[in-house]
Amino acid sequence: MKNRTDRVKSFMQYLTLFIGAAIMFLPFFWMINSSFKTEKELLSFQSFFPKQLLIDNFRQAWEMGDFPRYFGNSVFVTVVCVALTMFVTILAAYGFSKLKFPGRDLIFTVLVSMMMIPYEMLMLTNYETIRHMHLFGKIWSLIVPFTSSIFYTYILRNFFLSVPDSLYQSARIDGASDWQYLWEIMVPMAKPSLVTIALLDAITCWNSFMWTMLMSSGNRNIRTLPFGLTAFTSEAGVHYNLWMAGATIVVIPMIVLFLFCRKSIITGVSRGGLKG
Amino acid sequence: MNKKTKRYNGGRDPDEKFEASMIGKIALFLGPFMLGIVIFTIYPFINAFLMSFKENFSILRNTFSGWGLANYRKVLNDPIFLSGLKTTIKYVVIVVPISLIISIVIAVLLNNTRRFKAILQTAYFMPLVTSTAAISLVFRFIFANEGGLINKIITTLGQTQINFLGTNRWSEFVLYIFGIWNILPFTIILLLAGLQNIDPQYYTAAKVDGAKTLDIFTNITVPLLSPTIALVAIVNSISAFKVFDYVFQLYNKPGPGYNLYTIIYYIYEKFGGTKPQYGYAAAASIVLFFIIAVFTLLQRVLQKKTNY
Repeated sequence: MKNRTDRVKSFMQYLTLFIGAAIMFLPFFWMINSSFKTEKELLSFQSFFPKQLLIDNFRQAWEMGDFPRYFGNSVFVTVVCVALTMFVTILAAYGFSKLKFPGRDLIFTVLVSMMMIPYEMLMLTNYETIRHMHLFGKIWSLIVPFTSSIFYTYILRNFFLSVPDSLYQSARIDGASDWQYLWEIMVPMAKPSLVTIALLDAITCWNSFMWTMLMSSGNRNIRTLPFGLTAFTSEAGVHYNLWMAGATIVVIPMIVLFLFCRKSIITGVSRGGLKG
Repeated sequence: MNKKTKRYNGGRDPDEKFEASMIGKIALFLGPFMLGIVIFTIYPFINAFLMSFKENFSILRNTFSGWGLANYRKVLNDPIFLSGLKTTIKYVVIVVPISLIISIVIAVLLNNTRRFKAILQTAYFMPLVTSTAAISLVFRFIFANEGGLINKIITTLGQTQINFLGTNRWSEFVLYIFGIWNILPFTIILLLAGLQNIDPQYYTAAKVDGAKTLDIFTNITVPLLSPTIALVAIVNSISAFKVFDYVFQLYNKPGPGYNLYTIIYYIYEKFGGTKPQYGYAAAASIVLFFIIAVFTLLQRVLQKKTNY
């Protein structure tokens, strides 16, 4: 008797979860499913699945929408931004955890409290700063403002603080400089934290929208995929088959990343990164 | 001065040698980071305050007529800003609680599963990594009049189709659905982390007492999870106050009838539009900053209280 109610309960539990999962997954399914259909098939609802796997939509969107350029820009911005951010973050986290100087922790506390400043408030001035630096309309305008992240430094500093100082002392006695100690001992130890930070930053860079939109208003050649896609929809008109193919192109690299690094991404997010 | 005293009483202090080169080291390790922070965070933060008090400020000529509260007076009396404030608050009040309730149920159920974990996690958490610009197109397609999945279902059931994207009321509805769908993964993950902090002893004790599943949920899980719930509510409210992308991506304008102005949309139009008015944009952004500051303070207090 007890066993049976338990089984019913567990069945209901999985049923609810799978229905929820289906709803969450529906947009992805519908996007990919529709990206293979012809426009006629889409509008007529003759069949649920595409009759044949047409890659025409992808080819057409790819050529019409300047996607090769957007894709290249996205890859460039993401790779360079992540690399620079990691470098800057590693140095800063070390400085704020292992170098001893007066006021260090106070400065860091002030920095952490600045995490609450909404970026939209800074954007006004940054827009002008980028113009003064003669970066407006150049692809570096999408990278330069974002290499110093307080949040990532905070995560990595916490890890560095957990490494006992005795390790540092013995490395110093062995003649290692701070620089060597950081790169040869600390960085390899911090690999899980570094992977998490790199993933969060890659996702943020790849999907960045509003700033890219502002910066590319002067030069369409620096558009990255997300805003490029939005611009494509207004330039190409309403052709849902092409929209879905374009959306799939934008989303697939991140989905692949997610499938391979699901656990690290979830850990990173549970620490408060990436929201909404 | 500090240096000197140390040198004399330090003896063979290993710190002594690198005291001298300390400034160089600080510059090396913290220089790149601080450079970025000063130029792109601290300076613009201060400048936003300054700009908001400059009257008749022209960014091109870099001139202004004087200091004062004119920008604030203008913004706080601007019906578009006020409607933006209203739209934003309504968005927060609807999206945050609904997504929380759904997330609590899903998180509790997910926490008890042993099988299908990879599949379920993939389905629930995928929106974390996918560009909202791309998925907004899928939503536009699903809710479309012609060829839209939802309207196809509605007409098949014999009802008249709904103009989801073209009417004020329904365009709001689509925005909420999109907002909830996007925020669910983050919310579920934080709640799952909170659930894992609950001492399993409570559950064992309840089972011994023969408590029913629903009683366990309402009398044990929810109360013990409440600090996390409060925390997530605040974090989500902060991000919901900054809603802009979703509106822009769904409609390419502030809603079909200019009914979905949000605070950020207002800021964006005041400085990125054709006739930039930086003073107004700055004043509006300061208002946003103070709203967010209140929520952040609440969050700090809660975090201290719960040691989360």
